[in-house]
Amino acid sequence: MITLDHVSKTFESKGRTVRAVDDVSLTIGAGQLHVLIGPSGSGKTTTMRMINRLETPTAGRITVDGRDVLAMDVVELRRSIGYVIQQGGLLPHLTVAENVAMVPRLLGWQRHRRRERAEELLGLVGLPAGQFADRYPRELSGGQQQRVGVARALAADPPIVLMDEPFGAVDPITRKQLQRELRRVQAAVNKTIVFVTHDIGEAFLLGDQIALMADGRLVQNGTPADLLRRPATPFVTAFTGEDRGLRALEYTTLAEVADAAGSVPATDGDTLPGELSILEAGRELARRGETGVDGFWVSDRGGRKTGYLSYRRFAAMLGEALGPAGATAGEADGDALPA
Amino acid sequence: MLEDPFSFVEYIRENPDDFLRFLSQHVQLTLLSVLFGVVIAVPAAILASRVGLLARPLTGIASVGQTIPSLAVLGLLIPFLGIGFRPALVALTIQAFLPIFLNAYVGIRSVDRAVLDAARGMGTSGGQLLRMVELPLASPVIFAGIQTATVQNIAIATLAAYIGGGGLGDLILQGLSTLNGALLFAGAVPVAVLAITTELALGRLRRWIVPEGLRPTGS
Repeated sequence: MITLDHVSKTFESKGRTVRAVDDVSLTIGAGQLHVLIGPSGSGKTTTMRMINRLETPTAGRITVDGRDVLAMDVVELRRSIGYVIQQGGLLPHLTVAENVAMVPRLLGWQRHRRRERAEELLGLVGLPAGQFADRYPRELSGGQQQRVGVARALAADPPIVLMDEPFGAVDPITRKQLQRELRRVQAAVNKTIVFVTHDIGEAFLLGDQIALMADGRLVQNGTPADLLRRPATPFVTAFTGEDRGLRALEYTTLAEVADAAGSVPATDGDTLPGELSILEAGRELARRGETGVDGFWVSDRGGRKTGYLSYRRFAAMLGEALGPAGATAGEADGDALPA
Repeated sequence: MLEDPFSFVEYIRENPDDFLRFLSQHVQLTLLSVLFGVVIAVPAAILASRVGLLARPLTGIASVGQTIPSLAVLGLLIPFLGIGFRPALVALTIQAFLPIFLNAYVGIRSVDRAVLDAARGMGTSGGQLLRMVELPLASPVIFAGIQTATVQNIAIATLAAYIGGGGLGDLILQGLSTLNGALLFAGAVPVAVLAITTELALGRLRRWIVPEGLRPTGS
């Protein structure tokens, strides 16, 4: 677990004091992928870089598993935290396998063990070791280099990985592919990941939690659904974008919105798993067709009926979510017109 | 004075001991001055790249030093060091320092910031960053500086003769003062041959020294 407690960072620039990060408090839970998002200059990258002390906070306290990072040996701290950056940052004079095994080498692992680990990780990120291990970074595409960057961050099996816009410099199709792969890899390795991006789609796709920043301040921190359904300020609404209505449907689960099972009379009707999103439930209901009752049951993972949702309320939620999306899209179009 | 342009070959054949002595002095002056240049300039460049305050004065001195004529450097040292092989070596070392320092400094400073950031983030200590990242990546540029210094000093070493430092310049000076074409060419031609072959040989060596991952694709 990582905690930031009233953390600030100020720079002196041309005689002026710039508050890059302004009194940010945040808890990043173990095993979570926590996205830091915001426009450029919002302080998201600086906030992340203070965790492995590439920047030093001017005020506040950062702890990793209860230990104050400023009290730890900086080299040891960094070796225990994986780090991925936008341009890959691969060492051009080392082979792919040597790049992946860099931290193990710094930690003094034996050569054959490093090689084994590098090959294992290359497999995990979808680069067959036989084909890629002995090549040099310049022989790889941008997307492949980013995969090597991710493999390198995982090499010494650190509990925490920091990712600074890791997929920002690759083309959109490759980016989508890398994002999906990161989800797959994260499901396999279950790290605490701090992920900096300015791409809201990426944040929603990957984040268990999203911290939205602007002008060095934390504007809102919560689940994707929180940001969509309970935006703290109009800025959050604006930032989450014009298709947020659809996204809300995607990130709200049936279990969150169903009426408690006891409050309605037991009737027949379909049962849908509670972890389905409203959007998925809509598709599922359309597939199953008419049932003759006025709603459906929602079950927990054990199959127990925990709630009931009438079609009427279901439809209302769909309508509500879709409404403002259209309106915002219209406004955005209007703004885009030349005055 | 140039009755036969190849009469210098005859001179060398008839005076092999003299010629070899001058040649050996010349090679010694060059190699030792470059060696000392590397030993002084590379650490100085590392220091300048680490300590921001030193960077400006050191590069400034190196750049100004580059513009002072070599002959003037030799002359300026006479009051302090006198004449002979050693002051000549000192002057040549100063001349070697300049290109080696500038190249090493620029080479280290031009390492990709993203690579440095990633390496720091992975937990390299200061020494490891230098040894495992900065020096290997700067090595082609550093080596180019050494190559420049070596070829340049082969030429400048001819001036050592003016302060009694020996070398092939001695033959050139003798030839000029006695209007003896054979002597003049016995000094000048080997200097030219030495400079060209060294340039070519170091060019070859450079390809070996550059880390494989940095070589242009297809080589």
